Amino acid sequence: MSDTLLFAMEATLNGLTAGVMYALVALGFVLIFKASGIFNFAQGVMALFAALTLVGFQSGQIPFSHLINAMFGTRLHHFGWNMPTLLAIPATVLVMILLAVLVERFILKHLVNQEPIILFMATIGLAYFLEGVGDIMWGAEVKALDVGLPKGMSGAVDDATFAWFGYGFYIDRLEIWAAGIAALLVAALTVFSQYTKQGRALRAVADDHQAALSVGISLRFIWVLTWSIAGIVALVAGIMWGSKSGVQFSLSLIALKALPVLILGGFTSIPGAIVGGLIIGVGEKLFDFFMSPIIGGATENWFAYMLALVFLLFRPQGLFGERIIERV
Amino acid sequence: MLYREAGDFKTSYVADNQTFPIKFDRYGYYFILGFAFLVMPLIINDYWANSIVVPFLIYAIAALGLNILIGYCGQLSLGTGAFMAVGAYGSYKLMTAFPELNIVFVIILAGFVTAAVGVLFGLPSLRIKGFYLAVATLAAQFFLIWLFTRTAWFYNYSPTGMISAPERFVFGQAVTGPRASAVSMYMICLVFTVATAWLARNLTRGSLGRQWMAIRDMDIAAEIIGVNPLMAKLTAFAVSSFFVGISGALLFTVYLGAAEAGEAFGIDKSFLVLFMVIIGGLGSIFGAFAGAAFLIIGPVLLKLLLVNGLGWPTDLAAHLEVMIIGALILVFLIVEPHGIAALWRTIKEKLRLWPFPY
Repeated sequence: MSDTLLFAMEATLNGLTAGVMYALVALGFVLIFKASGIFNFAQGVMALFAALTLVGFQSGQIPFSHLINAMFGTRLHHFGWNMPTLLAIPATVLVMILLAVLVERFILKHLVNQEPIILFMATIGLAYFLEGVGDIMWGAEVKALDVGLPKGMSGAVDDATFAWFGYGFYIDRLEIWAAGIAALLVAALTVFSQYTKQGRALRAVADDHQAALSVGISLRFIWVLTWSIAGIVALVAGIMWGSKSGVQFSLSLIALKALPVLILGGFTSIPGAIVGGLIIGVGEKLFDFFMSPIIGGATENWFAYMLALVFLLFRPQGLFGERIIERV
Repeated sequence: MLYREAGDFKTSYVADNQTFPIKFDRYGYYFILGFAFLVMPLIINDYWANSIVVPFLIYAIAALGLNILIGYCGQLSLGTGAFMAVGAYGSYKLMTAFPELNIVFVIILAGFVTAAVGVLFGLPSLRIKGFYLAVATLAAQFFLIWLFTRTAWFYNYSPTGMISAPERFVFGQAVTGPRASAVSMYMICLVFTVATAWLARNLTRGSLGRQWMAIRDMDIAAEIIGVNPLMAKLTAFAVSSFFVGISGALLFTVYLGAAEAGEAFGIDKSFLVLFMVIIGGLGSIFGAFAGAAFLIIGPVLLKLLLVNGLGWPTDLAAHLEVMIIGALILVFLIVEPHGIAALWRTIKEKLRLWPFPY
């Protein structure tokens, strides 16, 4: 086998694993869009906020210590204990649920029946607000996140591919774990939405708000539920991205990368989010691999958006989206 | 008492159709223009020019441009930063290629270059709408910035990858480069701001503006009553990008002096201008100015209060600023989704009846 083909295959595999990461963020978007028709721009910042909170709990940081120090001249920084990961993750989940309640109480409730564009802008405002709160609460420096997931080159993949092709592929073990966890998450979400009472209510709301209201489903509870689930998905995404490249501001930018993923997959489809993420991941790695020598590197910055743009021209509703029907 | 239309009789159609039909508004407008052109140049100093007035004027142009696209034509765009970069790099290439050309023409030409690029990236708007279009404009944002940082031709192969504005003169006064005085910087920005605002106001009042608004309110219905969506959407993109390009050219040549695409025209600029438009009020010329003033003066005041007043560290103040801007956007959207312009409209309605409201 030629070297180029082997390298291309490795790039494809790396693209698949990167795509899983994008899909994780896109999942949160799809959940909220389906249940409330809100295009939640804050999903990426929610991932950042969740990861920051998790690290803060783990290392026993005092929230808002920076602000308190500035206001009262104290020198607080840590409680002096470390929370075990198994305790810190449920604590963070609680924080994300609290966040969902607050978002519903203070924002969504007041914006019922507004145009989608106003709701979209509100989530941009929320993104900025959360970013500021996260930084003030836990400090803005880059933090290492370690929840005990294995890292580094996967020996098994390396050995197996070396035995087959005479060339070992480099795959991060963390990304294999990420793929497994993403699959579990999707399975759990599917079971939840198909077989539980609340899941059915959620699907009913997604289908038709008014009809759901008229059979006695509480819209406000469903919104809190959706935003909580999106918060938990954000936490999972935050853990994965955070363990890969540290918890830092650029984490919230992956939200932007999730947008083309959504466009490819369709805003309303969970499988679409996964498939879209994989296509974008593989596409940008392969494009970078073949085109970098010709037009210069770092094409990953824009390839996903351009692919989405071209794709939109042919199929505006995405691969798995519902057909858009317009009436006057 | 003061703010009345009663007794202000119009005797010609021209008088009836003027931009400010109420006397009080009209005199207020003349007063502001007179103050800006005659009094401000006498009292302006370097600090005021650099931290508040010049950025306010420049961002007001960008907000006007984006307001035409979002507020009047209803096409969501997140590519403002990149279009400003097109204006900046366009003016840089023109300045270095034609050193004899007057800077005023350079900036206008840079606006036209940006308009052409804007139309190109506006083409998808014919098929896609709303959020989908927003993502399509993100493609413009990331692709153009990548192009400007990767292609050496755009920055004349300078080793740092930065572009820097050479010195240029208008009426014998340096307006760009390190020797430009506060007054000349202020005046060139003011002239451009007033000219673009006048243009925007009259475009949106005319047939083109009505076409844009018809497309915004419902594009299918607009098409049925005979508005050509192709023309309406593409002209909105062209005019909007023209304004944004002028703003980017001014930002680079007059205000920054030196710039690097990824640093000066990133996605945060797109959001900043978008926030100006939302907070100011969608579909309002006054709103573009109000939003720009709010988001330029607000952070300066906040920094003065927190860093100089209370002695807090600057990074904390910066985080608080992000948080407060986010909260303000939420408050505005909940309390008054149509921004400062709508507040102003309500105040005027109240003023009409004052002091005898019914």
